[in-house]
Amino acid sequence: MSDLIQIRHLSLELSGKTILNEVSFSAGEGEYISVIGPNGAGKTTLIKCLAGIYTSWHGAIRIGGKDSRTLSSRKTARLQSYVPQAEGRSNPLTVEELAATGRYPHLSAFTSMKQEDFNAIDSALKQTGMLAFRKRPLNSLSGGERQMAFIAAALAQDTKILLLDEPSTFLDYKHQAEVTAILRAACREQGRTIIAVHHDINTAVACSTKVIALKSGSVVFSGTPAAAADTKTLQEIYGTPFISSPSPARPLPLIIAEGGDQ
Amino acid sequence: MKPLHKLILLAVLTLGALTAAPLLGMEFIPLNAGGQEREILMGIRLPRVLCAFAAGAMLSLSGMSFQALFRNPLATPFTLGVSSGAALGAALFIRLGIAVSFLGISGTSAAAFLGALLSIVIVYGLTKLKGGFSTPTLLLSGIAISFFFSSLILFVQYLSGLSHSFRIIHWMMGTLTTAGYTQLINLLPFLLSGAAILGLLTRELNIFLIGEDLAISRGVHTARVKKLVFLAASLMVGGVTAVCGPIGFIGMMSPHICRLVFGADHRILTPASFLFGGLFLVLCDTLTRIISGFTSGAELPVGVLTALLGGPFFIILLLNRKGSLEL
Repeated sequence: MSDLIQIRHLSLELSGKTILNEVSFSAGEGEYISVIGPNGAGKTTLIKCLAGIYTSWHGAIRIGGKDSRTLSSRKTARLQSYVPQAEGRSNPLTVEELAATGRYPHLSAFTSMKQEDFNAIDSALKQTGMLAFRKRPLNSLSGGERQMAFIAAALAQDTKILLLDEPSTFLDYKHQAEVTAILRAACREQGRTIIAVHHDINTAVACSTKVIALKSGSVVFSGTPAAAADTKTLQEIYGTPFISSPSPARPLPLIIAEGGDQ
Repeated sequence: MKPLHKLILLAVLTLGALTAAPLLGMEFIPLNAGGQEREILMGIRLPRVLCAFAAGAMLSLSGMSFQALFRNPLATPFTLGVSSGAALGAALFIRLGIAVSFLGISGTSAAAFLGALLSIVIVYGLTKLKGGFSTPTLLLSGIAISFFFSSLILFVQYLSGLSHSFRIIHWMMGTLTTAGYTQLINLLPFLLSGAAILGLLTRELNIFLIGEDLAISRGVHTARVKKLVFLAASLMVGGVTAVCGPIGFIGMMSPHICRLVFGADHRILTPASFLFGGLFLVLCDTLTRIISGFTSGAELPVGVLTALLGGPFFIILLLNRKGSLEL
């Protein structure tokens, strides 16, 4: 398995504060890497460094074997797409117009969209169940539908790598399940590589091929989902006790944070 | 009706208004008039109407581009301090009282452009210094710069003699009284270059609507797009301010009205804002000329009228934060 993304000794300081400290890991084709960790651990920052939003980092990020700093923004955007954390801001575009922004890196300055662009948009909308919403303005959608539209736009970008920041947080159960299913399909059926920040440990463990835990900007755990689902490991990461409960429907036990429900 | 059809309709309406507007004024002059009336029609009213169109179009386009870039319905050349910068540049130049021109571009226009560019560079630099490029920092520094430059203009005026001072005051109200063919030729290079730059950036502006982070991840060279938009806006705001003074609120109202009618896609919105901004100022100017016919004779500056319309519009926009006027 060749490494599609390779991160070596990635460090970032923002206004004198170390946010990321010597983070290294890599992701191969078709891998699903979940990034977990407590609030403020640097998960979002890590994704933003990978997405090219933060640029003042030290270390190396290689995408498709090439130093990310030498890739043009357009080339990078043909290799990876990004879904940010859901934000409350409204946006005047329709679902279809949003999905069309995903085609930007594939168009040259003076060409308009071709059949393959329309096909990519259609298939992304279909994959996310948003075909019926295509003409709807984003402002008129629920939080869950809007998140689907943003995922659709990232899929329409047709990249090998998907970077997602808490794609299913704040969504209701149905939409959570749908997002999980879409991402899993994108990974297993289409062979895309996914790096996703997950807030919910059970989602992270259920989806991924590898779990990475950040704490205060450093990688404190990197291993299989089964190893991550260990209550001792989790206690070290989050600083709070966990209990694990075997689940008949899942290969791995369900993890519940202790204390809250007593 | 499809947005493109609406755009064609707007173009037809604009052409109609450009034809009819010169006929109206203190006195109606028919198209087939001769002698002195023809002289007024072709020599005074026509260039003035064309100037109004060019100025309105430029203000509207710069407002549209700022609103898209900062995803803020209240971002305009005024709120970002660009107009004040341009006004300061021009006021300083008027105070100096030199008349130079280069390649048909008057010294006042060049000074206003430099002032506009200066305020953008300061605002941009301030926000960059704070790390990142956050919209709140940008808007706040824009407003601060705007106040600061406005005070400097008052200071320049305080130092000026009566005649300069009167010129500055009259011009600060936003006026098209002096607009003739010379002024039109002065506006054209700014109009053409600014509109051309923005016309090439419509796709990028669309993507800026979903936020800068996502724009980067879509492969937009955001730093370059921002610089180009700043350049285009400085050219246009500087060009207009030097000739007509700071005419307020068109840069805010016109793009919003267009967004309501034509939607948010900049491939349509850009030509629509161009036409509508021009049309809007032509109508306002024609109205001031007609009103002036009924008053004592001193002409009502068009900036007064646009501000009278713009004030209430601004309040509606504020009250409607969650409503349809939002960007």
